[in-house]
Amino acid sequence: MTRTTIKKTYKLYIGGQFPRTESGRYYPLLDKKKNVIADICLASRKDFRNAVVAARSAFGGWSSRFAFNRSQILYRIAEMMEGRKAQFLEELLVQGSSKVNAEKEITLSIDRLVYYAGWCDKYQQISSSVNPVASSHFNFSVPEPTGVVAIVAPQNSSLIGIISVVAPVIAGGNVCIVLASEKFPLCAITFAEVLATSDLPGGVVNILTGKISELLTHMSSHMDVNALVYAGKDQKEITLAKENASLNVKRVFVYDDVWEKGTAQSPHFILDVQEIKTTWHPIENVGAAGAKY
Amino acid sequence: MNTKTTTEKKKPKLDFDSGWNYSPSPESTGHIRLEKRYDHFINGQFVKPAGGKYFPSINPATEKVIAEVAYGDERDIDKAVKAARNAYEKVWKKMPGAERGKYLYRIARIMQERARELAVIESMDGGKTIRESRDVDTPLAAAHFFYYAGWADKLEYAFPNRKISPVGVAGQIIPWNFPLLMAAWKIAPALACGNCVVLKPAETTPLTAMKLAEIIRDAGLPPGVVNIVNGDGKAGAALVNHKDVDKIAFTGSTDVGKIIQRAIAGTKKKATLELGGKAANIIFEDAAIDQAVEGIINGIFFNQGHVCCAGSRLFVQESVAEVVIRKLKDRMSTLIVGDPLDKNTDIGAINSKEQLGKINEYLKIGVDEGAEMWQSKCSIPSNGFFCRPTIFLNVSQSHRIVQEEIFGPVLAIQTFRTIDEVIEKANNTPFGLSAGVWTDKGSKIFNLTSKLRAGVVWANTYNKFDPTSPFGGYKESGFGREGGLHGLQPYLNLK
Amino acid sequence: MKNTFDFHNTPVIDQVGVEERVARFNSRSIKKTSKVEGLKLALSMIDLTTLEGKDTEGKVRQMCYKAQHPHDELPGLPTVAAVCVYPTFVKLAKKELGNSGVQVASVATAFPSGQSTLKVKLDDTKFAVESGADEVDMVISRGEFLAGNYNFVFDEIAEIKNACGNARLKVILETGELSTLDNVRRASEIAMRAGADFIKTSTGKISPAATQPVTLVMLEAIRDYYYETGIMIGMKPAGGISTAKIALQYLVMVKETLGNAWLNNIWFRFGASSLANDILMQLCKEATGVYQGADYFSKD
Repeated sequence: MTRTTIKKTYKLYIGGQFPRTESGRYYPLLDKKKNVIADICLASRKDFRNAVVAARSAFGGWSSRFAFNRSQILYRIAEMMEGRKAQFLEELLVQGSSKVNAEKEITLSIDRLVYYAGWCDKYQQISSSVNPVASSHFNFSVPEPTGVVAIVAPQNSSLIGIISVVAPVIAGGNVCIVLASEKFPLCAITFAEVLATSDLPGGVVNILTGKISELLTHMSSHMDVNALVYAGKDQKEITLAKENASLNVKRVFVYDDVWEKGTAQSPHFILDVQEIKTTWHPIENVGAAGAKY
Repeated sequence: MNTKTTTEKKKPKLDFDSGWNYSPSPESTGHIRLEKRYDHFINGQFVKPAGGKYFPSINPATEKVIAEVAYGDERDIDKAVKAARNAYEKVWKKMPGAERGKYLYRIARIMQERARELAVIESMDGGKTIRESRDVDTPLAAAHFFYYAGWADKLEYAFPNRKISPVGVAGQIIPWNFPLLMAAWKIAPALACGNCVVLKPAETTPLTAMKLAEIIRDAGLPPGVVNIVNGDGKAGAALVNHKDVDKIAFTGSTDVGKIIQRAIAGTKKKATLELGGKAANIIFEDAAIDQAVEGIINGIFFNQGHVCCAGSRLFVQESVAEVVIRKLKDRMSTLIVGDPLDKNTDIGAINSKEQLGKINEYLKIGVDEGAEMWQSKCSIPSNGFFCRPTIFLNVSQSHRIVQEEIFGPVLAIQTFRTIDEVIEKANNTPFGLSAGVWTDKGSKIFNLTSKLRAGVVWANTYNKFDPTSPFGGYKESGFGREGGLHGLQPYLNLK
Repeated sequence: MKNTFDFHNTPVIDQVGVEERVARFNSRSIKKTSKVEGLKLALSMIDLTTLEGKDTEGKVRQMCYKAQHPHDELPGLPTVAAVCVYPTFVKLAKKELGNSGVQVASVATAFPSGQSTLKVKLDDTKFAVESGADEVDMVISRGEFLAGNYNFVFDEIAEIKNACGNARLKVILETGELSTLDNVRRASEIAMRAGADFIKTSTGKISPAATQPVTLVMLEAIRDYYYETGIMIGMKPAGGISTAKIALQYLVMVKETLGNAWLNNIWFRFGASSLANDILMQLCKEATGVYQGADYFSKD
């Protein structure tokens, strides 16, 4: 007798927990033959609201981690993914990828995490400056994370897309709520399981599945969200997001890169969601050659 | 001569009013040249407004009209944008950086030569004191041109590994609090990066921008590279909505900033917004108190408090609150309010009747909310728009005078006991432009400066500006940086 | 008198902030009536000083005359506040000044280094006072101060104060040797609490002598002490103040830090010798509209 396999329930990932959507709604994910692969949570605006609360409360801790520590955690995420390659492969295949492409996507995703792990304690040095002001002050500018970032993940990919937009955001000390691809949601939830078993604190990354048409309005208008990353090309959606963003002067970044390219990674994705802070302090000028008090 | 006994019984009180006083010392106005009427500056020439209408620019200290200024509408904006586009495509885009830089150097030098005239006009038009327009606005404005001039042929070093190109035509809208300085902040980096600009000055303070137009003309800048269209929000809106503008740079209120962000949502326009603020200025018990008091004064009374980064929320550690407030009141008692052109004036005129009305409304709100208002007893002129330096005691975080930007010489004072408490309260605002910290302890400074969510943090100093130093906000105080290397980025496309 | 105050915990000072404040004082524009009034005020605050090994009776006599008749061609001028001499010239100065109201101040306590025993310093002080000095300008033991022996410095001042009797005691901090503004503030606290009637910047023998930042810090110490105790303390910057313009800047600093009550020669003095003539030249210029030449004003 063949064993009946245990099918996975795909849930949301909020504050380090895996709740079902509070709305109780779902949408069926179908394969090419219209068979149901899984029931996917149709996250509501309340799920999004809860995720923002979780993200905000994680921000202080995550942003003040030592950069070295963030770097190790991102690397740890890559390690965990390496161990789950088989599951990602299975999911990519069932969502319609070819084996060659799927394997390529997985390794590229893991390598991209390693790439951003390495940037965690370096991007500061390429965007900081000591400013030679014309007064007796020491003055320097450093990047600081923007805060809570809402992300609309690329719709045309299941894994590399979400990794490409999440990794630079959290590498820079931000926290995020990411809406997975509606069409290809499976890897996003498995990625959540990877995050849950790495050392990433709960709430740093929150993953929702559902519809852009339902959630974009809330993602772009929520007053406790500091920035919005939109990966896509739909001009109506972009305009809507930008208009709503003006409610609290959200920063909006629209990316339409082809994430499968090896070059679709750069420290500038990190620096987009950074604020530059400039600090001044007087320089005393007594003693030695400068004595003039 | 034993004099101690005579004063021992009286409650100590200092007298700053009687005795030796300063005679009026007005800056002379004989050397300045002002036309009766100013047009727009488009394509290197002064041109009449399409609608034929002019509006008066008044001196807020005397309420007298000092010049008439062209009232721009969308036709003028269109003409200016066309001129900018033409100059961009035909001349400026192609010009080597080193040559662009030379024009900026020229402008900086002429500004230095005409510094006194610029300062006097700035004070007449906007009400700020000659002490500030002479020592801060004008030299800093020239310094901005000088600084960015040098960048024009070095841009590739600012952004290694990136392909850079100018954005194109930048629409720039500036406020009335630092008219000339803001024009410099906007124009200098834009030109250094190879863009052409259409600038709209604030309607209450257009005159130094028109003097800058003369300087630009005299510097021989190719026609159309800088265009200046006067007018009010109508011209501003036309500029924001013009199809052939590639970038908007706006400094002003958060309300208008939001409107602009919304207006360009459906376009490819880039934007930088430098908006309002409600900065926390935090005094710890271990601070150098007298210098901190000076920092409070400089923080809130600089430029009549018409400063987006003004330290308008004061937090004083409870153990030193009494002494800090006493010293603050004494210091405020020495501030001279009056004729902006008098070299001894510390606080000039409120920029407009409308702004004075707004400030007075907040004074009333503060009193109605139950806060204790204290003003210095200085005399103020009977004509013109003036406001005594004001502090509010016994306020709490929920008061409107604590939450909302007043943009006047009005300080709300709260006390605190612990570091956690003050960080939380300081960050408890939709704004995030600037903050001040006063303590003698280095580790505490870095604790605070890293936790305060603001784009500029002054530790043991306040309201310092420099062309090399990036400036800009977190949260609803806007995005993008002006000044320094970081200030180049908004004017470049980076690939 | 025993000290009970912890001088290790005196207020801290930020030098850059002090210099910015000073720059702001200096941007005051003193013109017309306020200039004339200010110059006369400054003249009345001068301690005409000669403190040289080569001082002679003749020089002291001449200075005493100048103190009472700064410039006879210009009517309505005040006398200076005091003449300041070594103890051996006190008797002579006292006699020359008679009842003109001009005080006789004498340096004492092993001026200018202060490197001697307390007994010698006390004897020096007593000799000056017995000779008729109205005011005694003492120096503190900077070595002990810099070594952190604040109570030693305190005790010494208190003893000298005791020896002064009715003479007012000016305590010279010699700020040019104190290295930091924090130390200036601390030394000011020690002096005031030990009984100083005046605190004074410098002997004039060390560079830098009086500076505006140092003076501002001392004025702020005086103000805080006044609020704490109700006791007014006088201030005397000395050395290096040679022009009328700088003197006016000092007056601005006094006016805006301590207020009108200190703007007289009971509470504020300039220790200077060449300042008087520059003030006189400026006053004559204001009176005549003609720029003046040094040869038309008698050297002390």
